Amino acid sequence: MRVVVAEDLFLLRDGLVRMLTAFGFEIAAAVESGPELAHALAELEPDVAVVDVRLPPTHTDEGLQCALAARRARPGLPVLVLSQHVEQLYARELLADGTGGIGYLLKDRVFDAEQFVDAVRRVAAGGTAMDPQVIQQLLSRRSAEDRPLGRLTPREREVLELMAQGRSNAGIAAQLVVTERAIAKHTSNIFAKLGLEVSDDDNRRVLAVLAHLDQDR
Amino acid sequence: MNTDITRGTVRARAKEVLLDAVRGLTLAVAVLPLGVAFLVLTLLSVAFVPLGIGLFTTPAILTGVRALADVHRRLAEEWCGVRIPAAYRPMPAKANPWTRTFRLLGDPQVRRDVLWLPVSVTAGFVTALLPALLVFYPVEGFLLAAGLWRPYVSGAGGTYWYAFVPVSDQTSAFGAGGLAAVLAVVAYRFVPRTMKAHFKLGRAVLGGDAELTERVRVLTETRRDAVDTSAAELRRIERDLHDGAQARLVAMGMDLGTIEMLVEHDPAQAKQLLAQARRNSAEALEELRDLVRGIHPPVLAERGLGDAVRALALRLPLPTEVTVELPGRADAPVESAAYFAVSEVLTNAVKHSGADRIWADLHHTDGRLRITVTDNGKGGAAVGAGSGLAGVERRLGTFDGVLAVSSPAGGPTMVTMEIPCVLS
Repeated sequence: MRVVVAEDLFLLRDGLVRMLTAFGFEIAAAVESGPELAHALAELEPDVAVVDVRLPPTHTDEGLQCALAARRARPGLPVLVLSQHVEQLYARELLADGTGGIGYLLKDRVFDAEQFVDAVRRVAAGGTAMDPQVIQQLLSRRSAEDRPLGRLTPREREVLELMAQGRSNAGIAAQLVVTERAIAKHTSNIFAKLGLEVSDDDNRRVLAVLAHLDQDR
Repeated sequence: MNTDITRGTVRARAKEVLLDAVRGLTLAVAVLPLGVAFLVLTLLSVAFVPLGIGLFTTPAILTGVRALADVHRRLAEEWCGVRIPAAYRPMPAKANPWTRTFRLLGDPQVRRDVLWLPVSVTAGFVTALLPALLVFYPVEGFLLAAGLWRPYVSGAGGTYWYAFVPVSDQTSAFGAGGLAAVLAVVAYRFVPRTMKAHFKLGRAVLGGDAELTERVRVLTETRRDAVDTSAAELRRIERDLHDGAQARLVAMGMDLGTIEMLVEHDPAQAKQLLAQARRNSAEALEELRDLVRGIHPPVLAERGLGDAVRALALRLPLPTEVTVELPGRADAPVESAAYFAVSEVLTNAVKHSGADRIWADLHHTDGRLRITVTDNGKGGAAVGAGSGLAGVERRLGTFDGVLAVSSPAGGPTMVTMEIPCVLS
């Protein structure tokens, strides 16, 4: 799988390249600025891009803007955005087109190499990988103001969080060390309680959850 | 239609002229004796300072002078819209007569007040009396023309001088009437201006550099606040780093050292410590992130004030509607001050208002950044000692910004902040 990596700090870029190579990815390009990224995304047609939000030359949200522009040019282009901090505002912008293949994670998540690589693969496959922090912000905010989420059991909330991050039932089952059937039961309970239609598609599940969480915006 | 308007304005103008004449007359009649009295008293009192008596009388008299000057300031503002700034130095509550006297005499504003007395009884008197003369003298001229000349002119050949017109018969009385008409026109045109000139004269003497002095005082105060705030902020950052991230990194280093020793003969425990070290590094990052958000929020740096407030609103537990109309970005320090001010106001609203909806509106007009935060809570918010809003006011003060709070009991609460700034 061919990856474009964009990160301006040499140490982090090098680390990412080494980690991805170790897990069998092919590095199409490792760039350090916005224009280079835009060029690489347009020319090299990678399977997935791992992009830092803040890039030179502006050192603002250049990486995010590049990723959004590239996705407008090539809808569904899988992009995993990394950031030193996560903001719902950016998560919304990334998810806005609803085509999936989007990830938005804290840089810390690379500490757990396996989970991180799993997120890259999920995004490359058209799924989503949302940072638990974003999801938690959304869930805590919603539960404070309206009831449906309050009716969930603690276990169901756990499952919902993992689901919203973009994991499949199998993934959630592995994470929580239970059977996949138990998770399937939880998810159908959650959907029933939240009044959502059941769907097998990971990506649509996340979007449905986020859309529900988002509905009063 | 047109003539109606003209007639209306003429009537309004005539009323204004007449009012000014009465006011001028009152001023002239009141100011002359009071001014002379205070001038004489001040001079005498200061002359008696060496004898000791002056130490007791001077403060009282100077207070009287200040009261007179204050009346002049108030009337100038009320009657002609001429604002005369005053900048008296504060007087300690329990000062002995000696310090009191010399403090007062050393105060440039008090000295300007005293200097104003001779000006007000001379030039000030003339400019105040002139409107009355211009308005009332023509009345006599018209009356002469109407027949009043007869009792004035005793017998044949007698002459009564109306200004420079010798009135001796009906024809010359009409001449006086003509002059009166000219004077009336002059009065109509110039009386309001004369009145304004009177107060502008007062401002020239009383005002001096008071505005500048006041400005310096405000700047000194806000600079002290700004320095205090930033010093406190630096202390907080130092402490947070010291107790948080730094301590965690040290712990991590120690764990890694232990792991180095354990890795050969006790891999199981080494693995446990490794997990702990990783947790520590993650938490150190978490703390650094919070710290950064407290110093300069990343979204603010990346996107500017509008999106930073939007991002902030998304993290609030209450539904918050944010409207932004900013054609550009303000300077970083202004953006930062505005952001933290909004953040504080929003936090206040969430904590204390009992509201279930908040609206934040940001826009830039006439060189001012205006931010309004409204909630539908129970109201009763006030800017006072110890309230978060006082802190916001100080924060904005550094940039000449102002804060206004409207929060009647029962709500809603509306907090408006304005900062003069340019957008780029």
